Amino acid sequence: MRKILAVWLGIFFSIFTIEDATAATIRIGGLFAVTGPASFLGEPEKKTMEMMVKELNDRGGINGAKLEAVIYDTAGDATKAVNLATKLIRDDKVVAIIGPSTTGESMAVIPIVEKEKIPLVSCAAGIKIIDPVKRWVFKTPPNDHVAAEKILNHMEKSRLKTIALLTVTDSYGSSGREQLKAIAKQKGFTVAADEVYGPKDTDMTPQLTKIRGIKPDAIICWGTNPGPAVITKNVKQLGIRIPLYMSHGVASKRYIELAGTDAAEGVMLPAGKLAVYDVLPKTDPQARLLKEYDMNYRKNYGVESSTFGGYAYDAVTLLAGAIRKHGSASEQIRRGIEESRKVPSVSGIFNMSPNDHNGLDISAFEMLKIVRGDWTLIR
Amino acid sequence: MQFDQLLQFFLSGVATGAIYALIGIGFSIIYNSTGIINFAQGEFVMLGGLLALSFTELLKLPLWAAIPCAIAVSTLVGALFERLAIRPLRRPTPINLVIITIGGSILIRGISMLIWGKDTHALPPFSGEEPVIIGGATVMPQHIWIVGITLLLISINKFYFFHTISGKAMRACAYNRRAAGLVGIDVRRMVLFSFIISSAFGSVAGIIVAPLTMTAYDVGVMLGLKGFCAAIIGGMSSGMATVAGGLLLGILESMGAGLISSGYKDAISFIILLLILFFRPQGLFGKSESERV
Repeated sequence: MRKILAVWLGIFFSIFTIEDATAATIRIGGLFAVTGPASFLGEPEKKTMEMMVKELNDRGGINGAKLEAVIYDTAGDATKAVNLATKLIRDDKVVAIIGPSTTGESMAVIPIVEKEKIPLVSCAAGIKIIDPVKRWVFKTPPNDHVAAEKILNHMEKSRLKTIALLTVTDSYGSSGREQLKAIAKQKGFTVAADEVYGPKDTDMTPQLTKIRGIKPDAIICWGTNPGPAVITKNVKQLGIRIPLYMSHGVASKRYIELAGTDAAEGVMLPAGKLAVYDVLPKTDPQARLLKEYDMNYRKNYGVESSTFGGYAYDAVTLLAGAIRKHGSASEQIRRGIEESRKVPSVSGIFNMSPNDHNGLDISAFEMLKIVRGDWTLIR
Repeated sequence: MQFDQLLQFFLSGVATGAIYALIGIGFSIIYNSTGIINFAQGEFVMLGGLLALSFTELLKLPLWAAIPCAIAVSTLVGALFERLAIRPLRRPTPINLVIITIGGSILIRGISMLIWGKDTHALPPFSGEEPVIIGGATVMPQHIWIVGITLLLISINKFYFFHTISGKAMRACAYNRRAAGLVGIDVRRMVLFSFIISSAFGSVAGIIVAPLTMTAYDVGVMLGLKGFCAAIIGGMSSGMATVAGGLLLGILESMGAGLISSGYKDAISFIILLLILFFRPQGLFGKSESERV
């Protein structure tokens, strides 16, 4: 019985794929970690891509051709990502791929897209995705070291000299830890403490007690929720009064909610402009676009947009721009993305070049301070 | 190393350890009456926290009313789990039961993900957020709640098992199921009871930690594992030995993170678990197995 069912299912699906292939559309693949531990990245990315493709099509597509998004869930698993990338290229015949959501998955997919010559616009932050530059690989999130630099620049201005690091033991945290240490050394800071915590840890008072004993000028914590929220509460509990910096990984209202308005008071962090578009000056080239994105996202999904969804927005924007100017063959798209100059999008203003497949600099971030449960810009 | 630092490590350890103990007790209650390691135990911890959140946020109940409701609902889930997944089993071999509890935990986690989404949520603290200073160290009022409630529940637990008929009946089942059946104890009812008690314990643990550590659909995995460690160190007893196991684990973790390196924190607790399983499988405080026969 099961076998017969499987055969029917197979026939059913093959009819569908055959039918689909005959339609004259531009197919773009999406690989996102919609479920699993990285779902906080993948879910808004998938929703953003679907929303934008629909919008583009409602406006008549690109140069008259409709777009079609083929999106798969990788569940944050590199093996799955590799299989699904192959499937997108071989079976779905996509012209370009957006994603995957995490650095590990992106690194695993790179050899395939390089071999098949399909442009990949990754939504993961790790610098090794585009360094060294790979011909067919781009990424939209700003590099971690840009955020690290932003924090340390601010510390320099505030004349803070010694730092205590508290980073999470996943790829995001260890990448941040390396970048922070490297830039701190360059700029002449002293790293007085270098503590870590597990992504599922529920109490960081031991690490913070140790840091309190060392008396650094500031604490920099690098992680994504819920860890940083726990740390913020623990800092308050231990009565530590030195400045606390967070990474851009918690640049959403959720973090303030979790940590509590009281404990989060005074915490500083670098963030993409999406979190603060309503306090940006009118002249900012991103201000209108950010507002539109957030409003549309809220209208469609009933929740506020996030920086992570923004990475997919950037990817679709770059792809659409490239197709509009150069055409929809894979090589044309690749060249088009590489030649993107001054393209305003959610994460920043992109200036791609053959040597820089990210295209964002330190201007992609604003330094924010939490005051009474809301963001304020630090000038 | 200053004294106030050590005291802080110690107090942080006690607070975390109390949570591990409470979850560990849930494991041992079921183990003692059925011989099953219930790997779904952590999910009741998650259910407790998230249900309490829903009752306060969606139904706008005050916290004191939301908590009993949350405990009641997760206890009901525990009872249903026993009736629908454990009892119908025709040949309950240990391996079958283990697979069923693991399957049950994945099911409960999956449904919770659909209901509550993947975000982390925080419950309001029971009594303010002003830290309490003890010696040179500080704890949150919630920590005191955790330790207090754990102690209270464990004394109730002790009283129930040693001074009530049904508690004694459950202990009888633990010693010898067949003999217990022969003297007229309804063994299957005792198994149901044990699931009810331990899911209630788990959900209480989940509720009292949620204001501090926050909660999400997947917190049950790690907390369940730590609770399991506590129960193993305590030799699967449903009394003070598991409490001591939990506290020991909590204190060692916090001392390890503070004094040695925070990178090895989890490694320390799991190495202890392995050592105990190798050298003292009856638990740190247990006497040898022969006494039970």
